[in-house]
Amino acid sequence: MTPARTDPWVPEPISIKRIARESADTATLVLDTSERPGGFAFKPGQFNMLYAFGIGEVPISISGDPSDTGELVHTIRVVGKVTEALTGMAPGSTLGLRGPFGTHWPLEEARGRDVLIVAGGLGLVPLRPAIYEILKNRSAYKRVNIVYGARTPQDILFSNEISEWRGRLDVSLRVTVDSAGSDWFGHVGVVTSLVKLARFDPEATVAMVCGPEIMMRFAVRELETQGIADERIYLSTERNLQCGVGLCGHCQHGNVFVCKDGPVFRYDRLAPFFSKREV
Amino acid sequence: MPIGYQERPLVPLDVGDRAILRPDQLSGILAALRGRGYTLLGPTVRDAAIIYAEIAGADDLPVGWTDVQSPGSYRLAARPDGAFFGYSVGPHSWKATFHRPEITLWQAERQGDGGFTIHEPAPETSRVALIGVRACELAAIRIQDRVLLDGPFADPHYAARRRDVFVVAVNCTEPGDTCFCASMGTGPGVESGFDLALTEFVTDTEHLFLAEIGSGAGAEVLAEWPVDRATHGQIAAAAARTQAAAQRMGRSVDTRDVKEVLARNLENPRWEETAARCLGCTNCTQVCPTCFCTAVHDLTDLSGRTATRVRQWDSCFDRSFSYVHGGSVRRSGMSRYRQWLTHKMSFWADEFGSLGCVGCGRCITWCPKGIDITAEIAAIRAADPS
Ligand SMILES: Cc1cc2nc3c(=O)[nH]c(=O)nc-3n(C[C@H](O)[C@H](O)[C@H](O)COP(=O)(O)OP(=O)(O)OC[C@H]3O[C@@H](n4cnc5c(N)ncnc54)[C@H](O)[C@@H]3O)c2cc1C
Ligand code: SF4
Ligand code: SF4
Repeated sequence: MTPARTDPWVPEPISIKRIARESADTATLVLDTSERPGGFAFKPGQFNMLYAFGIGEVPISISGDPSDTGELVHTIRVVGKVTEALTGMAPGSTLGLRGPFGTHWPLEEARGRDVLIVAGGLGLVPLRPAIYEILKNRSAYKRVNIVYGARTPQDILFSNEISEWRGRLDVSLRVTVDSAGSDWFGHVGVVTSLVKLARFDPEATVAMVCGPEIMMRFAVRELETQGIADERIYLSTERNLQCGVGLCGHCQHGNVFVCKDGPVFRYDRLAPFFSKREV
Repeated sequence: MPIGYQERPLVPLDVGDRAILRPDQLSGILAALRGRGYTLLGPTVRDAAIIYAEIAGADDLPVGWTDVQSPGSYRLAARPDGAFFGYSVGPHSWKATFHRPEITLWQAERQGDGGFTIHEPAPETSRVALIGVRACELAAIRIQDRVLLDGPFADPHYAARRRDVFVVAVNCTEPGDTCFCASMGTGPGVESGFDLALTEFVTDTEHLFLAEIGSGAGAEVLAEWPVDRATHGQIAAAAARTQAAAQRMGRSVDTRDVKEVLARNLENPRWEETAARCLGCTNCTQVCPTCFCTAVHDLTDLSGRTATRVRQWDSCFDRSFSYVHGGSVRRSGMSRYRQWLTHKMSFWADEFGSLGCVGCGRCITWCPKGIDITAEIAAIRAADPS
């Protein structure tokens, strides 16, 4: 999939259709791609570079439904100046867009197998398009397990959809939080502890994991303990990333570029250095 | 032993042929290149170093100069023989010609309706003739081509500047103390990627160049001159000079399985020891002809109506290089020095199909602490537990 422009460094202006708060520090932006030739096609797990005028540009995963090319959905947590500017914009205003870039979740490979989705915090964002795809083609997959951990009940993203998925009989969804008040009746604890509760056939499971790096290290260890081979564990990783197209060098992680070889990697590719400090 | 010059009737020369040139003929060839619209970029003496800049002709070359290099030290010295190319490589590389230290990527202009438009300057093109390109530098250009042109996305700015280039290469006969191209398989002789390749002969009694024709364009430029076709003896003498240079080279790297040795030694204590000496000054990455990393910066004018994105060379020695919210991935000097060396000598091979070092020695010479990449690799190898 090539972006509309030939110069990969140059963004295209795109306008914001809607913006919705997800939690205290997170918002979802819906961009209007209906005027764009071909709309906006992407694969689950890919990301875009979003530019706030005069402030900067950052990598943000696509969080919407891949079958809807008329709008483009991004969910952004405010952590600094660019994410603050992007989420502070009003409907009708314009931002800059480059993409889609990067690799995608192994939805083809997962067909005919059990699927185990492990999300920590904002890690649910790049996984949501994969969940949409899987649920749309539910019969193509065997058991579908989703485990999701958030910091507190207030930080749970996409809570309406979470309830909807939880209501489905053909999906097993478990949510945990790191800490909660007495009004929370769900799990408290780290997300890896939920992996143990999920029922799947380790020999025939594809696992898709995204979250903070430390959480992914523990998750991988747990998945390995459960008997899932490294070749069927996929992770989406994060590094400083400035061009998105394999030219600036910032996102190198060992012998891979996160932007073009990832962000979604089969774990055996990362295994030699993933647990090494400061690589 | 003199190799001899004898003018013969004009004979058409072809790719692969070799001719013998006098210095005045070489001057003429440079003038002819200018006549064809090439800007000449070549070595010249400035600020007590041999750097690459626009030159008018052979008179601007570092005639009668050489350089004396060692870890952390670079000095020019006069040489009595009037050689044109009697030095090794200086602080500049051709990287600055094609992969500019700073460019404007685009400008955005606010519109009345709250939107903005983006203007991209047409990538700058140029018609340049590079004079005096060493084998290691040709290898470095090939490496940067692979990184900046052959990936899923090509850099249009680099591509535009690489399009129209005439290369006058020079076989090295004067390796520096910090050079190790012979062990990297990138020099000292040039094998491909040139239009003309020169070997300089300079003694008390003669000053000649053996010129090998590497392309149709090279043959055309040479065809304008009544030049002497080189004899077998002269060709052998030129080859012997380059071979002797390979023997005299100051340093070497054992490249056998260096990729694997480094990849399995990420926790070797040597990294800490070396990082304790490293100042993090980024000199090594600035002078390296293969280092390609860049950072983008967003600027706005005072009115806030115009925003500009510029791209500058960046360095993995900079702490902010690996910043993600919450802090840098590579916080310690240890991890940054390790990143640089393991990238060059290991990970690069997986990413781009060759090692990322051509053995030019610049990072050794220009390191204020004289940290020597060849010694570092040898030390890691010696401490390799397996
Ligand atoms: C592939 C990928 C997908 C991502 N998807 C999402 C997403 O869907 N939603 C979301 O909220 N966040 C996502 N992030 C993280 C997001 O890019 C950072 O939070 C953002 O760059 C922070 O910018 P800032 O200016 O607000 O923060 P600051 O801390 O002020 O950062 C300053 C600058 O540092 C750089 N920077 C900081 N953190 C990162 C980072 N993690 N990656 C790259 N550059 C960084 C940027 O250039 C940024 O402008 C993703 C990151 C990657 C690599
Ligand atoms: S790493 Fe050092 S020796 Fe190797 S190409 Fe770069 S500057 Fe030259
Ligand atoms: S030139 Fe030497 S001191 Fe400076 S960053 Fe490189 S290794 Fe460190």
